[in-house]
Amino acid sequence: MHPLLLRVQHTFSVGVTNMSEWRGDVAVTVTRDKLREVALFLRDDPGMDFDYIVHVSSVDWPDDEERFEVVWEFYSIRKRHRIRLKTRVPESDCVVDSLTDLWKGADFMEREVYDMMGIRFRNHPDLRRILMPDDYTEGYPLRKDFPLRGKGWRDTFEFLDEVQR
Amino acid sequence: MAFEDQRTTVYKVDPEHPESETLPTLRTEELLLNMGPQHPSTHGVLKVILELEGERLVKSTPVMGFLHRGVEKLAEEGTYHQFIPHTDRLDYVCAMYNNFAYCRAVEKLLNLQVPERAEYLRTIVAEVQRIIGHQFWLSAQALDIGAMTVFFYCFRDREILLDWFDELCGARLTTSWYRIGGVERDLTPSLIDKLKQFLDYFPPKIDEYQVFLEKNRIWLGRTKGVAVISAEDAVSFGLSGPVLRGSGVDYDLRKYEPYSAYPKCEFSVPVGKNGDTYDRYWIRMMELYESVKIIRQCLEQMQEGPIMADAPSITLPPKERVFTNLEAMIQQFKLFSQGFDAPPGEIYCGTEAHKGELGFHIVSTGGGKPYRLKIRAPSFIHMGAFDHMARGYMISDACTIFGTYDIVMGECDR
Repeated sequence: MHPLLLRVQHTFSVGVTNMSEWRGDVAVTVTRDKLREVALFLRDDPGMDFDYIVHVSSVDWPDDEERFEVVWEFYSIRKRHRIRLKTRVPESDCVVDSLTDLWKGADFMEREVYDMMGIRFRNHPDLRRILMPDDYTEGYPLRKDFPLRGKGWRDTFEFLDEVQR
Repeated sequence: MAFEDQRTTVYKVDPEHPESETLPTLRTEELLLNMGPQHPSTHGVLKVILELEGERLVKSTPVMGFLHRGVEKLAEEGTYHQFIPHTDRLDYVCAMYNNFAYCRAVEKLLNLQVPERAEYLRTIVAEVQRIIGHQFWLSAQALDIGAMTVFFYCFRDREILLDWFDELCGARLTTSWYRIGGVERDLTPSLIDKLKQFLDYFPPKIDEYQVFLEKNRIWLGRTKGVAVISAEDAVSFGLSGPVLRGSGVDYDLRKYEPYSAYPKCEFSVPVGKNGDTYDRYWIRMMELYESVKIIRQCLEQMQEGPIMADAPSITLPPKERVFTNLEAMIQQFKLFSQGFDAPPGEIYCGTEAHKGELGFHIVSTGGGKPYRLKIRAPSFIHMGAFDHMARGYMISDACTIFGTYDIVMGECDR
């Protein structure tokens, strides 16, 4: 097992639901309530020292009980290693703790996840849509049940039709 | 005063009543200013709401998404091969880098080894693209700040390389030259000659660019000490590329997570000290010299060999065979329409583009299409630090900051 994973396993007896290493990528899945604690450990522990946030992403698994997966990717500038931190949230209560106060860059990245997947971040300073318009009401475009062509909002735009043009 | 004008009203201040009515009262309030989305120096369509106190920026709120096309959603609907042309349209100034970053990510997912010659070709073209990117950045940044001359000199030299791309793959900007498992076609002797000529021609031209700027007091005044960000903040914001290295953080994926032919080349990573716009400019100028060095070494070391991995179930057959051979045509059709069978799994792969770390996070559940594809776009993440870097500077410095990030909205909004 990867030394980073060993260390996480050693520190957290409960809360870590899955650990994997695939193609050289190290990933840890934690329960939602332990997320902040693990994130703090990743940032502040001298053996971990993950000071750099790479990106925040999200995955939709419509058939699972806990539908959404939020993915943070961290890098350590000093130690030169990477880790992926994941957590799952159910659709009925899709809220996770924001990590904006730990990594400033998480602000925009989490806003994008909210905009695209509809996952809300607790204690986020400014949780608004970022890429879609503010008055967009069709839902969250990257969810799997969102059709590729949209839900008809664009059809209400007034364009000239082919004949008139 | 040298003359007395009878029409001028002279306000006299009564020391006992300084608030006397003859004095015009000055009212101050915060001014909200919308900059963009059609402002020429926002490099695309970006709006920033500036809260001003006089000419000082108190707070700035970027409003993005004017160029959002749902590229990540589109990726889920097409096969892996079909997504390559979409990546051209992310950072449309430097399409080769997006192709490169995407192909590397898919190869990591498939665990596919790329032949050595293809790795060298990829490195050469990526570095040529870096030169183009930095030339474009320099001309745009200087133009934003008000130095126009260097724009023409940069574009003169950029044209040579764009024509070179044209000869290489038939397109100047939307290139789609990288393929999963290799590259689309080899360099011809004529292309190699032209590139060697350019390498001899170019280094004196970099000096020429610098002559225009480094003794220009306006340029120095508008870049030195402007938009300073400390190393700690830059890391915390997740900045990358020259913007991060300008603050003195030595982080370059080409060096520390080496890929392609970079480990076989000798080059240095310039790192700044002050974290201001001038240091970021200096780093990019130094990187131009390094790129020339890398291309030279690659051209020397490169050996003959295949340019596509030997994995017929994944890689596309050569175009000549598709046009003449029925089986090859069927294979190409099947690879594009159904795709290859990718193993289930999840990877993240970052590539050092000239703007910063361009990463792809791909989740696969097997089959020919990615289940989820997330693009880590450096422009988007740099915009997250805009408010922090702009605070307290003048309104005209906002343009400097757009320039110093080298943002391209196609990549930022995806």
